[in-house]
Amino acid sequence: MINLKNISKKFNTKQGTIIAVEDVNLDIKKGEIFGIIGYSGAGKSTLIRLLNGLEKPTSGQIIVNSEDITKINEVKLRQVRQKVSMIFQHFNILWSRTVAENIAFPLEIAGVPKDQRLTRVNELIELVGLEGRGHYYPSQLSGGQKQRVGIARALANRPEVLLCDEATSALDPETTDSILDLLVSINAKLGLTIVLITHEMQVIQKICGRVAVMEKGRVVEEGKVLEVFQNPQQPITKRFVSQVNDTNKAQQTILHLKELYPNGKLIKLKFVGEQTEQPILSRLIKQFDLEVNIVQGNISHTQNGAFGTLILQLEGDALLVDEAIRYIHEQKVITEVINND
Amino acid sequence: MINDLFPNVDWPKMWEATLETLYMTAVSTILTAIIGLVLGLLLFLTSPHQAWANKLANWLTGAFVNIFRSIPFIILIILLIPLTKLLVGTMRGPNAAFPALVIGAAPFYARMVLIALREIDKGVLEAAKSMGAKTSTIIWKVLMPESMPALVSGITVTAISLVGYTAMAGIIGAGGLGTLAFLDGFQRGRTDVTFVATILILIMVFIIQWIGDIITTKIDKR
Repeated sequence: MINLKNISKKFNTKQGTIIAVEDVNLDIKKGEIFGIIGYSGAGKSTLIRLLNGLEKPTSGQIIVNSEDITKINEVKLRQVRQKVSMIFQHFNILWSRTVAENIAFPLEIAGVPKDQRLTRVNELIELVGLEGRGHYYPSQLSGGQKQRVGIARALANRPEVLLCDEATSALDPETTDSILDLLVSINAKLGLTIVLITHEMQVIQKICGRVAVMEKGRVVEEGKVLEVFQNPQQPITKRFVSQVNDTNKAQQTILHLKELYPNGKLIKLKFVGEQTEQPILSRLIKQFDLEVNIVQGNISHTQNGAFGTLILQLEGDALLVDEAIRYIHEQKVITEVINND
Repeated sequence: MINDLFPNVDWPKMWEATLETLYMTAVSTILTAIIGLVLGLLLFLTSPHQAWANKLANWLTGAFVNIFRSIPFIILIILLIPLTKLLVGTMRGPNAAFPALVIGAAPFYARMVLIALREIDKGVLEAAKSMGAKTSTIIWKVLMPESMPALVSGITVTAISLVGYTAMAGIIGAGGLGTLAFLDGFQRGRTDVTFVATILILIMVFIIQWIGDIITTKIDKR
């Protein structure tokens, strides 16, 4: 769907040349949600703007829908942009237009006749859940609602790709979740490819299938979200993963937990993917006559499965405890006994 | 009673002068709005990173605007005598005032248009571009509506300046309240005529400001 080959982008400023993007290669597939994560200044904003020609690369090829958009003229580029739409961190909707008029704007640009525009706008208002707000002005809306307008507007011309430029960074956590849910449902319903940039690992974890990590203009790590989460390679990736799954903190609490729960056995279970879906805990309690106490738990869901850890305290007959641990082993859950010695 | 207070005021003549001033102000405001808007848009669109970014065009437009904005109006009228004669055919009457009024006020308004356009959120322009909008679409559907309150308050201020300019143009014979106050009032020592003409101009200014404020508030949905 989108193919970046040896993409570099340099800016000439008075302070000298700044390399915003350096030798990036990416292959984004049709219908996937692809995330690009990096701190500010990593070049991700520039990278996403290369995908709809808002920025031109200094070198390299950008193939969108089997067309090299670095080689086409302005007229064609404008047509491409109707199929590769974009939503923004600060929504960028026109204050002078109502919700319905804002959503109609890209349709006006595409030359859609008025009666068809009205029908399409109503469909979109319903799709993003803004029923009854068509005649509101942006100033009367909350941040989340403004982003819904942004999304409806971006979907108006039935694009094939949706670019999300830090689309949830200006929103509170709850609103972020609802916008992310909306993006996932749109992705499923319309089969559209979504490319998003963010500095929040939660966003990647929640909706992306694959992720690329950017640092100083380069993509330093790339892969399926679940794999990157389980086994981050680069220091920067480890830092991002610890945003949602803080292992250092977990180590400290384990020491603390040993003091708090001196009795029985503390065991740590590591879940990856499918096992998290199984009711291991309730089976354990039914089969063994033990006291099972949940000490700490942490499960993160990604688009290709969940992963997490669970720390249990098992109290009872020592033989039975060992048997129970063996049982959990058999369920293919990685088990680790935290000794109480 | 009123004739005792203002013994020298010829009311039908005063009314006629008022209408002349209104006519000069209205027509010159419309022409100034159009020319100022075009110049302001040119200044904006030819500036760096904009659709028609062009150093030379930007410099030329900027120079034109700055030069005509800097010349004192009364001197501009005199400098423009040949052009006025060519365009209007005479130096007398309200129509003769238009070239000087518009050339004096349009650069002033162009600067205000530029400021208004610069205030527009750059993100909104980027969004329009990302939707595949042409420059003409961006001008008509983004730049103009998004800056409309500032454009309207700018033209209100300009219209008020133009009322003042028409009075100055009156001194060289353009007609209107300025001519009346100067020739009938000042030169003949009839203070009451000057006084009434001043009051009428003040009323006109207040009404323009009031209308401008109403429109600005009504269209501003921010």
